[in-house]
Amino acid sequence: MKTHLRGLAAGLSMAVAAALAATPASAQTPKRGGTLTYMIPADAPPSLDGHKENTFATLHATAPFYSTLIAINPENPSSSTDFVCDLCTEMPKPTDDGKTYTFKIRKGVKFHDGTPLTAADVARTWQYIVNPPKGVSSAREAYMVMVDKVENPDDETVVFKLKFATSAFVPALADPFAYIYKKDILEKDPAWYEKNVLGSGPFKFSSYEIGQSIKGVRNPDYYHEGQPYLDGFNAIFAAKQSVRVDAIRADRAATEFRGMPPSARDELVKELGDKVTVQTSDWNCVNLLTPNQKKKPFDDVRVRRALALAIDQWKGAPALSKIATVHTVGGLVFPGSPLAATKEELTKMAGFGTDIEKARAEARKLLKEAGAEGLKFELMNRNVDQPYKFIATWAIDEWSKIGLKVTQRVLPTGPFYEGLRAGTFEVAVEFNCQNLVNPLLDVAKVLPRSVYPENYGGYEDPKLIELYNAMLREPDPARQREKMRAFETYALDTQVDTIMTPWWSRIIVHRSYMKGWKISPSHYLNLNLANVWLDK
Amino acid sequence: MHRYILNRLLLSIPTLIGAAALVFLLMRLIPGDICMVRLGGSGGTVSASALAACHAQIGLERSLPLQFLDFIGGFAIGDFGTSMWSGKPVVQEIASRLPVSLEIALLATIVAVAIAIPLGTISALKQNSWLDHVVRTVAIAGIATPSFWLGILSILIVLDVSHYLLGSPWMPSIDYVPLWDDPWGNLSIVILPAITIGYRYSAVTMRMTRSAMLEVLREDYIRTARAKGLVEQLIINRHALKNAMLPVVTLIGMEFAFLIGGLVVTEQVFNLNGIGRLFVLAVQNQDYTLTQALVMLTVAVFVVTNLVVDVLYAWLDPRIRFG
Repeated sequence: MKTHLRGLAAGLSMAVAAALAATPASAQTPKRGGTLTYMIPADAPPSLDGHKENTFATLHATAPFYSTLIAINPENPSSSTDFVCDLCTEMPKPTDDGKTYTFKIRKGVKFHDGTPLTAADVARTWQYIVNPPKGVSSAREAYMVMVDKVENPDDETVVFKLKFATSAFVPALADPFAYIYKKDILEKDPAWYEKNVLGSGPFKFSSYEIGQSIKGVRNPDYYHEGQPYLDGFNAIFAAKQSVRVDAIRADRAATEFRGMPPSARDELVKELGDKVTVQTSDWNCVNLLTPNQKKKPFDDVRVRRALALAIDQWKGAPALSKIATVHTVGGLVFPGSPLAATKEELTKMAGFGTDIEKARAEARKLLKEAGAEGLKFELMNRNVDQPYKFIATWAIDEWSKIGLKVTQRVLPTGPFYEGLRAGTFEVAVEFNCQNLVNPLLDVAKVLPRSVYPENYGGYEDPKLIELYNAMLREPDPARQREKMRAFETYALDTQVDTIMTPWWSRIIVHRSYMKGWKISPSHYLNLNLANVWLDK
Repeated sequence: MHRYILNRLLLSIPTLIGAAALVFLLMRLIPGDICMVRLGGSGGTVSASALAACHAQIGLERSLPLQFLDFIGGFAIGDFGTSMWSGKPVVQEIASRLPVSLEIALLATIVAVAIAIPLGTISALKQNSWLDHVVRTVAIAGIATPSFWLGILSILIVLDVSHYLLGSPWMPSIDYVPLWDDPWGNLSIVILPAITIGYRYSAVTMRMTRSAMLEVLREDYIRTARAKGLVEQLIINRHALKNAMLPVVTLIGMEFAFLIGGLVVTEQVFNLNGIGRLFVLAVQNQDYTLTQALVMLTVAVFVVTNLVVDVLYAWLDPRIRFG
């Protein structure tokens, strides 16, 4: 066992060393050529239309074909505030008290069919995203509530006029799904992009075998000079984790861009040493334990508070991180964000205290007062291993320590959502997984269903909405942070509308010859492969 | 014979209609909504208007009787509609996966028959000998070992052995290439799944061959043939084996039909984009049109396979006549 552990430790050291060695990779001169083979950990996406879909499978398959107006900085993707122009020429300064943003669009950009891309294409794309015509669905409509209208006064200018000034706008604009489509095609057939690809990104579409693979070749007319470095890419759909691990091991693929559990990382590092590089990051995804307040006794805040108090976040997170894709204790806001609560702020809220025995004693007292001692209930979970089942099993064990008897009911995705919508569950393992770190919009998950349709807690709370709106519209960063604390404290401590679990941890293992790519806090970001190159 | 085939084909129509009605109703009994899975599967917001647009687009806003009539009407003229999940024609979805499943099923059948018939026959001829015990042990192990486990094991063995021999791990490509594009590449991809599936398949067939042979070898006509002084090999090949093949052929037919849509886990283990994987996805995604078409395809494969088996009966056993 000792030898095994030593081997593992040595392997991990080598991988970390490889990662460190990879850090100045950007300083190396990128080599041209080669085809990157990577895996998409999913089966076929429903469609190829980024505007319509939410799944990462669509994004991992199609992001290299498209341009966006702005994007997170590919050289600094872990930042939640560093945005750069993709199709625009420079990041604009807002005017009109923060309610107008004017973007100048690059000249000479061409779609892959050779036709020019103009501000009219950008404006029409965003008009469809913000306010889709009848019969057209936009999965991101709800994130753009602040936008009043999008105009293009000329072929080089796009103007966004907002209903109210908010710092949530720029991150929302960098949505990686917001591919710029061709105006003529959108107007003629908005469903065209579901089955076809025509972008202006670093790679041109080559072929697509449903559920098998999608391929792209270098776009010689790409507007970022010198990029892309690759001749092409081959993205293979591989839903099963063992296949993906074996494929990286045998170099049938260089990586996958979603994330692997610690066990897979350890296996690959042990086997391949410095031939693989490990990049890790906090992940803008978190599981929430949501009590259904329409069901007794979960309508009683004392019971909900007891559920939160029983869970030892600080001891659970490091233990779980060894076996599951979770890592960091946090509140409603992604831990890496400037708006996130500090540890000191967290410990003031129910379920985040450092004295677990004291917390559990209080939980037992609250249950007794509420007449819910020895409460039995069912925890509804989704049939996904990482990290859902790990989280649920852990929570059930923690709850057993205050005398609760909880069983887990695991359902496939369809029936799981049906259970959430119909409100037939008692407590559910939900999740909040967003692409860009945009806390002002991300935390909307806890707003009542009348405001946020994907909330299943079964409560209405005007005060919570009021706190949210005040925070959303606050222009001053310091005051906005204070208002975020007030909102968070009210949701997690006063009302205990939901119970946090450790935030996810993203682990990417890739072949060390793959250079230029940097991990971000989301598996939706930094996927256009323009700056990726192969050191072979 | 022609009349018999026509009768069998006509009789399959109520079977197909019954299966269609059953799958149509069962799919709609599963709680859930394909649009919610599609639009909100990653936890994002799904607005009421987007949900309604999705329902309208895939035809879920229509009444159930209308949906059923549409399905049956389309089926009658060979139009299975479009997949509710991908929006692509169902026929196209199935056609892109069928060659993979067919190739694996055919190869696995060849592997199974090549192992099972000789070993099953030898086992029967050498009943209770050490050879019989070895064959029976191999057969029982094959039945008891799940194909997917054997698949995972075979990949790991290939990886470890290649690492030992070549210095770096090797495994076949996980990106399927058609036989006519790259025969060697294709063979390297399909050989492991064919062997792992073929082994279990052969184990079942081997036991059936052995027991059928044992029964036939005790028949009067075999004793008569021996009394006539016929060469033993001729007795085995012409009189015993041919007659013992009746239940074996039935079994091979049923197993082959099962392999077309039943290799769910094995396809996942080898990252093969076949019908089994499509089947699971269709049910999981609540893609009604695709699931219905796949069930109908499976039923059709079973019907046709049964028909072929019945026709083979007449060739194997002259006492069986149709008409």
